[in-house]
Amino acid sequence: MASRTSFSVAGTLRYAAIILYVLFALFPIYWLVKIAITPDRLIYTEGTHIWPSTFTLDNFTSVLFLTDFLVYFKNSMIVSLGTAFFTTLVATAAGYAFSRFHFRGKAIIIALMLITQMFPLLMIIAPIYKIMAGLRLLDSLTGLIIVYTAFNVPFATFLMQGFFDGIPKDLEEAAMIDGCTRFEALRKVIFPLTLPGLAATLGFIFTAAWSELLFALMLINSDDKMTFPVGLKTFVSKFAVDWGQMMAAGTLALIPSCIFFILIQRFLVQGLTAGAVKG
Amino acid sequence: MTAITLNSINKSFGPVHVLKDISLEFNKGEFVVLVGPSGCGKSTLLRMIAGLEPVSSGDLIFGETRVNDLEPRERDIAMVFQSYALYPHMNVERNLGFSLELRKRDAAEKQKRTSHAAGILGLDKLLDRFPKALSGGQRQRVAMGRAIVRDPQIFLFDEPLSNLDAALRIEMRIEIAKLHQRLGTTMVYVTHDQVEAMTLADRIVVMNAGNVEQVGTPLDLYSNPANLFVAGFLGSPKMNFVSHDDPALSLPKALTHPKAKTYGIRPEHIQVTAPDDNAHLIGTIDVVERLGSDTIFYINHGAKQPFVVRVPGIDRTALGEKIGCIFQPNDLHRFNADGQSISEK
Repeated sequence: MASRTSFSVAGTLRYAAIILYVLFALFPIYWLVKIAITPDRLIYTEGTHIWPSTFTLDNFTSVLFLTDFLVYFKNSMIVSLGTAFFTTLVATAAGYAFSRFHFRGKAIIIALMLITQMFPLLMIIAPIYKIMAGLRLLDSLTGLIIVYTAFNVPFATFLMQGFFDGIPKDLEEAAMIDGCTRFEALRKVIFPLTLPGLAATLGFIFTAAWSELLFALMLINSDDKMTFPVGLKTFVSKFAVDWGQMMAAGTLALIPSCIFFILIQRFLVQGLTAGAVKG
Repeated sequence: MTAITLNSINKSFGPVHVLKDISLEFNKGEFVVLVGPSGCGKSTLLRMIAGLEPVSSGDLIFGETRVNDLEPRERDIAMVFQSYALYPHMNVERNLGFSLELRKRDAAEKQKRTSHAAGILGLDKLLDRFPKALSGGQRQRVAMGRAIVRDPQIFLFDEPLSNLDAALRIEMRIEIAKLHQRLGTTMVYVTHDQVEAMTLADRIVVMNAGNVEQVGTPLDLYSNPANLFVAGFLGSPKMNFVSHDDPALSLPKALTHPKAKTYGIRPEHIQVTAPDDNAHLIGTIDVVERLGSDTIFYINHGAKQPFVVRVPGIDRTALGEKIGCIFQPNDLHRFNADGQSISEK
């Protein structure tokens, strides 16, 4: 009896901790949505209330129809999907090679990739600007995709290498004995088992590109090329900040990330490799 | 007819020379077991036969064809891995038929061969299951089924039973033996378990540190081990070794040999007697293991290693008692200073 009580106390405490954490993590999102639906005239008077006395969707309609929001949104979509696709492609190939092959200079390449992650972005933004200018890729979405891909590949490669390392080498060898070429073994046996890893990498890179501000700010200057985080800045004018519209835009910007994760979440479910080997 | 010929095969991983000039011939339909301690190179040798490791030098020949440069899929082999290596995203039926799928065989043939293999191994009711829903023994069967479906020239087994519990291991060992009788295919089997080697093999290849120590039938290796390593590796409990100048040893002149530096006698070839002048070795009983079928005495005769005696049935001789041992003359092994067996008795 005593142990059961202590068990339920522990359980309650655990749930309380989880609930506290979730509240903490979701509060900014709640606040975002709350300000977005608060009428402008109440923002300063009822700003700290948990819930406004009346609410409105005006901010959403004006963001959608009176601002360039849809252009930013489209640009962000192109850049994020492009970055996620190319980064994952390169990272998958590189991660597989690091996981499965021994080759000269492997340790050096891995070290170099790690080093690229050690510099603060501010330090390298000027040279990047210079390079992109030389390549005539300033103020272009393609240029942004290239820069984002370059910066995300190292991390994504390590992520993918980890997933490949988790798939036993025996499976590939069994497939090769069963009649596959190495590439067929990769495509028919390893690739299906890497889907959770691919999904995680895609999701991670998509989110990173979706919320990136610094490069987008420096490399893009025309209005019709701005990505969403840069576009948000236009809600800040010289004398005022349009909080309501800014929050409404922010709320709308969450939607693609959510949809993306809903789409890939079934691949994120682990345990597909359980049963491949002993145990 | 020879199924596999290994001609001066060497293997190096960088500066490490793991297999040294191995030359062997395996006959068609033969069950060959490669046995040796961990790291002796037996698995590497098997993987080279499979084509999963390149051969550093030497010729690997299947029948009449040199296969050194052939891909695994071109060698007409099947392999059962220690980890089973079942494809986790395919059910049992697809796991079994995957090789036929790759060879683009038609559905009817695939169905026929898959259900034939499933029938042999009792997997009929599990065809829809995924590997994660199978027990260890069932996974092992699927791995073997996958090999059977292929109907290959050569079966390779890489320690297939080491992940199973003791009871299941015996059961699967018998199944593998039956499978060999039934299929008559050449099989090469790697294990570190000498009981598996003794029970399954037509011929055993004993390996140590990248060298072949001895090749022969199980009983040949048991009765006439070529050197100290083979003598100590096969047999359980292992053979006793006594130095020729051990003060506890008093062999009659007829049993000794001028060049012998070490004498070897298996625990089951010793008779227990009174500790008098007739005994070949005298010591006190340190530990007794009574197994019912046998009694095993560990005798302290002053050396570091206890001297082990196995007596059939239940023997009531008590702990701490002083006893004498008499060796059966024909079963006494003599080894020279290099550890090689001195053949004349």
